[in-house]
Amino acid sequence: MPGDVKTAQSAAEEKLVAEFARARASLPGTEPVGALRDAAFATFKSAGLPTRRVEAWHYTDLRIAMRDALPLASAPKPDAALKQKLEKLAPRIADLATARLVLVDGYFIAELSDAMPKGVSVSALSDALAKGDATIVEALSAPGMGQGDAALALNTAFMQGGVVIDVASGKQVAQPIEIVAVSSESSHAIYARSLLRVGAGAHLTLIERDVSAAAQAEQRNNALVVMVADEGQVEHVFVPAVLNSASTHVASLLAVLGAKASFNSFTLAQGGGLLRRQIHMRFDGEHAKGQLAGASVLRQKDHADTTLVVQHVAAHCQSREYFKTVLDGEATGVYQGKVIVAPGAQKTDGAMKSHAILLSDNATMNNKPELEIFADDVVCGHGATVAQLDEDQVFYAMARGLPKPVAESMLLEAFVDEATDRVESEPVRVYLTSLIGQWLSQRGRA
Amino acid sequence: MAAVQETVDRVKSVDVDAYKYGFVSDIESEKAPKGLNEDIVRFISAKKNEPAWLTEWRLEAYRLWLTMPEPDWARVDYPKINYQDLYYYSAPKSTPGPKNLDEVDPELLRVYEKLGIPLREQEILAGVQERKVAVDAVFDSVSVATTFKAELAKAGVIFCPISEAVHTHPELVKKYLGSVVPTSDNYYATLNSAVFSDGSFVYIPPGVRCPMELSTYFRINEQNTGQFERTLIIADKGSYVSYLEGCTAPKRDENQLHAAVVELITHDDAEIKYSTVQNWYPGDADGKGGIYNFVTKRGDCRGARSKISWTQVETGSAITWKYPSCILRGDESRGEFYSIAISNGRQQVDSGTKMIHLGKNTTSRIISKGISAGHSNNTYRGQVLAQKRATNARNFTNCDSLLIGETCGAHTIPYIEAKNASAVFEHEATTSKISEDQLFYCMQRGLSAEEATALIVNGFVRDVLQQLPMEFAVEAQKLISISLEGSVG
Repeated sequence: MPGDVKTAQSAAEEKLVAEFARARASLPGTEPVGALRDAAFATFKSAGLPTRRVEAWHYTDLRIAMRDALPLASAPKPDAALKQKLEKLAPRIADLATARLVLVDGYFIAELSDAMPKGVSVSALSDALAKGDATIVEALSAPGMGQGDAALALNTAFMQGGVVIDVASGKQVAQPIEIVAVSSESSHAIYARSLLRVGAGAHLTLIERDVSAAAQAEQRNNALVVMVADEGQVEHVFVPAVLNSASTHVASLLAVLGAKASFNSFTLAQGGGLLRRQIHMRFDGEHAKGQLAGASVLRQKDHADTTLVVQHVAAHCQSREYFKTVLDGEATGVYQGKVIVAPGAQKTDGAMKSHAILLSDNATMNNKPELEIFADDVVCGHGATVAQLDEDQVFYAMARGLPKPVAESMLLEAFVDEATDRVESEPVRVYLTSLIGQWLSQRGRA
Repeated sequence: MAAVQETVDRVKSVDVDAYKYGFVSDIESEKAPKGLNEDIVRFISAKKNEPAWLTEWRLEAYRLWLTMPEPDWARVDYPKINYQDLYYYSAPKSTPGPKNLDEVDPELLRVYEKLGIPLREQEILAGVQERKVAVDAVFDSVSVATTFKAELAKAGVIFCPISEAVHTHPELVKKYLGSVVPTSDNYYATLNSAVFSDGSFVYIPPGVRCPMELSTYFRINEQNTGQFERTLIIADKGSYVSYLEGCTAPKRDENQLHAAVVELITHDDAEIKYSTVQNWYPGDADGKGGIYNFVTKRGDCRGARSKISWTQVETGSAITWKYPSCILRGDESRGEFYSIAISNGRQQVDSGTKMIHLGKNTTSRIISKGISAGHSNNTYRGQVLAQKRATNARNFTNCDSLLIGETCGAHTIPYIEAKNASAVFEHEATTSKISEDQLFYCMQRGLSAEEATALIVNGFVRDVLQQLPMEFAVEAQKLISISLEGSVG
């Protein structure tokens, strides 16, 4: 067994090394940022792309999926055509007047973005890094989270775009902010990192929508750091793009919650190549509440991996994780959820659930819900199920005159709705349900 | 509440240092020199007059072992083992091949007496005429005496040390040895294959229901001796056997390595019930000196409608690394795993099971109860897998952990992998401390905090205790109360 034998660098890894050497000088940021990049790249270089040998990547082999490393995307030139395309690719969500921030190939394009509501300030990541603001640099590196993760380290090393959003203390922003990340048509790699800092007592809804105009494969590796100060409240929804089937997308979310803060995040994965959704959430202050929910609807050779690490550092916090997966074709679903209760994090209340339905004999679901508990006065539990559609239920619906595909779609919709119900905003929920409906109707046709 | 009080008193009286079974008996033993190389492997094989194929089998395993890395994925932490600083063979020095008890070293018998093994006069367990237990006692590495042989022979059951089976039933040993846990399986199993000393061999012929419960008491006795048991149980078509394994070990200053391998095979309609009570020395209050228990246990439900059931009560050992598993190969076969793992002091437990569903309509059930106290860490690590062709695989898993005290840890790491749409897997896990409400309720009825805790813990593990054969259930209950000493109240 070649357990500790260091495998040779893959072609993609070699290219990444060359790309870093080439791009290093032109990547944004002052020297502290450069040092951060170098350290992160060293982490990547020693670990290589994650393989199944890495426990946190047990069911997703990025090294195999990333045969080749695509070149870094260069800064785009915004023009009228792009604007038009954007409206087509990401039409406005019905009944929801969001304030949009547009990222093209990871780069923040102010010209295409909307004015921000009062109390919200925005700057491009490159500007923030160029200023070398120490607090921003520290916040971006989200200390203590996702350390040693080679994919996240790669993002840190290459981060070229993204936005920094600040919500002033006490501001309860009614208008949702929407980050629309679009990729242009060339085949390339995008490394964006964004930062959301929500001041004490402030409220914000943030929607992240990724869309793609590319027909070719792309490689996205994005990260969002969310810091919610005491008594702040954030509602967050992420809809990754349906990419070309040869694409890879690593989407990291690192959230830190202050005392009595609340964070509710939802992810809808609709397949398209390999998607790795990794979320780290840490409770730094007492009496905070965090909920991570999501739904994955997958077909063909889609691979969607949801990996969560929830760290209860402070006492009296509540965490909820709730995920639904529907698998058709030869799709693979992965759910790994780890709840860590640190010594002293007493009165922690944690509940995690992952439910999956397999529609095809060639689909695979892997569940790994973990608990790691070092405090005694806690209530933590997890449940995981894998099953198929209930034949009796399908029969019941059919007996009432519904054709089989309709009956199945109805049941699947109800199954997934239990997850989308956790999104607070009604228009967003309707939007998510419509996307799931589209997926289901395509299934009916196939 | 006399019984509870008795438990509490007992718990108080037994300090971690005052391990009940911590004594050393002075029996001369014959040892191979320290360390491991091909010569030692040959020496062990020669000592047992093994046939050439077995010697070669051992050597092959040894060569493979040299190329393997030591696994480090488990949530356990211990100083690196120097495998060259261990003895790999130690046989009690007594007259060659003692065939009856009179020939056995009386010192050895006294050891058993202290352990409470009914060996000498108890041909029929006191007071229980119908229930009989056959004991294949393992003292350090060699099975010294086997009782009830005649009665078993009448039923056609073969129950003997594996070293003996190699000579008397070579065709069975050759056919089944390593067929469930291959020599290349994992680091410790491979090591075991190279140097295994002895263990039990059981063969139940077709259609036979074994007339009594079979039992082996393991005991690690010699200082610095690695204990490498090898157990092989074969239940032929339509047969049934219940096998009990109980362990106690005397106190030691240095950590002792135990790397056993247990292989179970069930053919069509056969059933094996394998129960373990493990109470090895857990180390002193600082976690020094306990047993390292790195065991590979696996059952292969080879035939249709066969069943393998593992029940374990783990209270001892400094480190437990143990995953009794079932390969559900036969159609409609069934695997079960019932476990109580209790850790206290500085104990580290990383245990669980694997249910590998391969055949059609296979079912499995996992009930795991972990209790951690003191500074211990208790991890459940389990895998449930349905392969593509495992139509209608069913699994139910329930892992509950109970935490007593602020400095212990309880962890759950299940791997649930379904590659077949008709698989139905359910998994649930909870971690909690004894609820204030429950305690309050009991105390309101006049129980002290300690009594109430004892009562609740007993209720917590009852699901599993019920799966144990009678003889073990009593012993297990005692062990549980001793293991939680100092942590209650």
